[in-house]
Amino acid sequence: MKLLIEMFPIALMLASPLIITALGGLFSERSGVVNVALDGCMQIGGFTAATVLVLLSAAGVKNGIWWAILAAILASTLFVSIHAFSAIHMRADQTISGTALNVLAGGLTIYLCEILFNAKSTASFNNGDVFSRVSVPLLKDIPLIGKLFFTSNYPFTYMAYVLVVVVWFLMYKTSFGLRLRSCGEFPQASASMGVSVVKYRWIGVLLSGAFAGLGGAALVLSTQTYFNVGSIHGLGFVAIATLIFGQWNPWGILGAGILFGFSQTLSFYVSSIPFLSHIPSELVNMFPYVLTIVVIVLFSGRQVGPKASGEIYDPSKR
Amino acid sequence: MDYAIEMLNITKDFPGIRANDNITLQVERNTIHALLGENGAGKSTLMSILFGLYQPTSGTIKVNGQEVKITDPNIANDLGIGMVHQHFKLIDNFTVTENIILGKEPKTKFGTVDLKNAEKRVAELSEQYGLKVDPKAKISDIGVGMQQRVEILKMLYRDSDILIFDEPTAVLTPQEINELMDIMRNLIKEGKTILLITHKLKEIKAVADTFTVLRKGRYIGTRKVADVTEEEMAEMMVGRAVSFTTEKKEATPGEVVLEIRNLNVKDVKGLPAVKDFSLSVRAGEIVGLAGIDGNGQTELVYALTGLVKPESGSVILKGTDITNMSIREHYKRGLSHVPEDRHKHGLILDFQLRENFVIHDYDMEPYVKGGILQNDEIDRQSVRLIEEFDVRSGEGKDSLTRSMSGGNQQKAIIAREVDRSADLLLVVQPTRGLDVGAIESVHSRIVQERDKGRAVFLVSLELDEIMNLSDRIAVIHDGELTGIIERKDATENELGLMMSGALRKESKQA
Amino acid sequence: MKKYSSRTISLLAVLLGLLLASLLLLVTGKNPLDMFSALLCSLTGFDLSAPQKGFNLMYPLNWLLNCLPVMLTGLSVAFAYRTGMFNIGGEGQFIVGSLAASAVALFVPLPPVIHPIVCVIAGGLAGACWAFLPGMLKALRNINEVVICIMMNYIALYFNSWVVRTFLPVDQKTLARTIQFPASASFAQLNFGTSSKFHFGFLIVIVCLALYWFIIEKTSFGFSLRATGFNKEGARYAGMSTNTNTILSMMIAGAFTGIAGAIVTLGVYSYGRIFTTFDNYGFDGISVALIGACKTSGIIFGGLLIGLLKAAGTTLQLLGISKEIAQLIQACILIFIAIQYGIVVVLNKIDGRRKESATKS
Repeated sequence: MKLLIEMFPIALMLASPLIITALGGLFSERSGVVNVALDGCMQIGGFTAATVLVLLSAAGVKNGIWWAILAAILASTLFVSIHAFSAIHMRADQTISGTALNVLAGGLTIYLCEILFNAKSTASFNNGDVFSRVSVPLLKDIPLIGKLFFTSNYPFTYMAYVLVVVVWFLMYKTSFGLRLRSCGEFPQASASMGVSVVKYRWIGVLLSGAFAGLGGAALVLSTQTYFNVGSIHGLGFVAIATLIFGQWNPWGILGAGILFGFSQTLSFYVSSIPFLSHIPSELVNMFPYVLTIVVIVLFSGRQVGPKASGEIYDPSKR
Repeated sequence: MDYAIEMLNITKDFPGIRANDNITLQVERNTIHALLGENGAGKSTLMSILFGLYQPTSGTIKVNGQEVKITDPNIANDLGIGMVHQHFKLIDNFTVTENIILGKEPKTKFGTVDLKNAEKRVAELSEQYGLKVDPKAKISDIGVGMQQRVEILKMLYRDSDILIFDEPTAVLTPQEINELMDIMRNLIKEGKTILLITHKLKEIKAVADTFTVLRKGRYIGTRKVADVTEEEMAEMMVGRAVSFTTEKKEATPGEVVLEIRNLNVKDVKGLPAVKDFSLSVRAGEIVGLAGIDGNGQTELVYALTGLVKPESGSVILKGTDITNMSIREHYKRGLSHVPEDRHKHGLILDFQLRENFVIHDYDMEPYVKGGILQNDEIDRQSVRLIEEFDVRSGEGKDSLTRSMSGGNQQKAIIAREVDRSADLLLVVQPTRGLDVGAIESVHSRIVQERDKGRAVFLVSLELDEIMNLSDRIAVIHDGELTGIIERKDATENELGLMMSGALRKESKQA
Repeated sequence: MKKYSSRTISLLAVLLGLLLASLLLLVTGKNPLDMFSALLCSLTGFDLSAPQKGFNLMYPLNWLLNCLPVMLTGLSVAFAYRTGMFNIGGEGQFIVGSLAASAVALFVPLPPVIHPIVCVIAGGLAGACWAFLPGMLKALRNINEVVICIMMNYIALYFNSWVVRTFLPVDQKTLARTIQFPASASFAQLNFGTSSKFHFGFLIVIVCLALYWFIIEKTSFGFSLRATGFNKEGARYAGMSTNTNTILSMMIAGAFTGIAGAIVTLGVYSYGRIFTTFDNYGFDGISVALIGACKTSGIIFGGLLIGLLKAAGTTLQLLGISKEIAQLIQACILIFIAIQYGIVVVLNKIDGRRKESATKS
């Protein structure tokens, strides 16, 4: 139990980038565009955040971390607009377009690292004291839940909580959410009701880029000291799995994200868990990816995903 | 004259084709005006122009006497024009109210969607126009009739004065059609104007005041309904005298070819779709299955062809139980299947026509030897079928199937399936989307096959087609057989009641 | 609208990709001409920056060497694509192919010539096994293969490292690879006295290309695979066993990539590798297949092109240009191929304008 309480903040820290990115994926898929480029967006976000932070601290700016996060969001949004353009206007195969962006992100970040830092990674950054652990007054006093979810966690964890609530509100309580969801279910119906499918799909994809950029920044800033080619190590795809396991629903994503967060935490704690300690480290490292497959297989039967997601929208088709 | 809509001298060119050629349509206010024409006559193009989906190449549109430019559907909505689409544009997992308010949502003072108020408004509207709906129900949980009423309410919620009904009766029972006619008359009383797009003459006769006929993209004429007989309408529509009944001799049924025993099938959602269904079809007869869309026909056909495994019961073809055999085994044992959806099943659209002719037999002699395709044999077969069945396409056997017209695609399927000389011909919706000429040829082919001694099982949503071709008529409602009657004893009214489940006829069959 | 052949579109995409990369080089203060000279050098064997050195066969040989694995992974992606699947699991299949080949090379004593062939077969089988799961899940549960394939890639990365460290004889000096393979297991070099590592494994690639063409275009099996790829429901209606097709096609695709892994390990390294990151051959295969529109001749062209980009990487680095530029060019080409509908529209507009001006004058 003590170990569990110790593991919780770490698990939540690792879960936050997944949750944030998956929420982004939610916007995109609910609007009808599959975004397999979430991984690339996270790379762009992580790279931008690390670079801006390094450059700002070199220039003597304090608390550059917030600028770094902002820059990550902007860069990733700009980056994903390529996918939005090709998927919405160019009738592109969304998987190919997304894959192209993933390849592009991998090449571009390292290319820019070589230009800027003359190395295959960014220089190391110091994320300062902004990222000390905090507890939430009042909420932390709720028995058990307060101890696990609201005591001495990292700021990104709270950010993820807040975003879950915000996204849920937007999706299910506002006309924006109603319209966006309609575009992912039956775009011809939306169009016949005067809802601009193109506009809502653009918003959906851009938001997915913004969120994934934030997710990438969260991952790199809170768990690493520099950005390199392995920084994201496929977590963008784990975020897609989080979205599927979360049944395209913000609360589901929260739960799924925490589960995947835990699966990654294991590698840190495996030596202190008695019955796991003799398992080779490679197999422990493999675990999150195996778990992802298992979870997708278990939860694939129910078809709750947006019906028109991934389909090319052709306004003349009736 | 007080016109609600005037479309004057409209011409619309698409690359290589003139879809509308100098068409004029004038709809008088507060009347029901029918737009009549075959598939491909240019009706949908004209309506798409009115609705702002296409821009006309030339011509003018006036709404309420004012000349207007309609560049997108929003403008049409603002002008008070609303369309009740043939294929409903409803979102399955939204509620009735959410579907109605989409795009024009009432807000609370916090900026959220005010569902409470919206539901109240929907209830009021449904009261006012006599359109019974449940504002809180999910679309996936309600029937076709109510879905259509939701479509109409969408327009009324937006205060549309001019309502376009696009083939609205395709999915309704005769009784529901009567109800719809009442609703339409009601709407006229409330001051609306209706434009009814259809190819069904009876409906025009029953409800419309005036009608305009299009043929092959051209304007043929506008008449008062009261002045014209149905035969004259048909002649205007097709361009020659047509009879909609196919010539055929009395059937001489032989032994039982297909026997369905107590079949139970579930749909994709896992709900029972076919319930304890039993029926037999004999050699040399056509048995028609009548029913409204979504009453288990699709699942029944899937179970008969092996596309879906039934829960229980059996399908017996010429004395062999084929229930649990593979799809391919069904074909080998003597089944031919003209499927409902020629694009989803039926054809591989990205294949050449020649490849589509052998999609069942591609790995059997003579088309394959030692695993290697024999292209000469495939070509020979294709050329033969193209000639015999008059399948027309740009590049003959090498045409990309996608590039062919719907009628010729259907002819290709019929050619392939009929040529396989099976004992049972299962024909589902064989004439959907075809023009009268093509319909005639498909129908006479089906009768020919019967006369050759084949058993034909025809599943169709078009009651006219069933009445025209069948020797016996079976009716399905909610997955259950509600009766089997001889064609000569059948009346449309009785069939309609059976289709809606209100009437059951004990099967006289052993 | 006029149609354009996939060849025209691919060529345009390649040109646009090169153009964009040149722009990027300019913006970041590099000379795009250096890039082209590096490409030319690999292509012709003449180093333009040092013309006095004259023709050097090593460059073209290295180019062809780089083509071998990407042609195979290209075949792999194309084979799956023709059956309607996106094989993005090449990285994993490549790694297990390398692993299986290493195990056979180290543990199964065989005479030369036979030994590498058996290693390659083992690699192919391993790749096929690795691709079985995504294929099966797609066929039976309709689970999107993309996420599963990516997860399988990472699993392969750790799996390989575990197996090599636990079961294979590790080189005690570096601890980062196995001991050297016996001489019998390696492919004979075919370097014409240069320092290139070009080897007889190219024969296997040619066999694979021929096999791909034959299966897809000539056999009834290929017929049903293509039908399944175009319209799975339609193929099922026709009586084809689409589930088996899906799984088999994914496994054959995996085999091609597994063979690629084997060939690289046997031909270039001659020892069992512990991968710390992906080689990217699997992703290269996506570019090759799409540039080649999944046709045999197209895959040869795409393979030659991507191989060229990879081969030029080393020369580029000497000129102070990051070899990631090759990856950037690939990404740009992919994007342009993805938006080919837009390219066709633009081409039509240009065509229309040309005709208009022609009729006016």
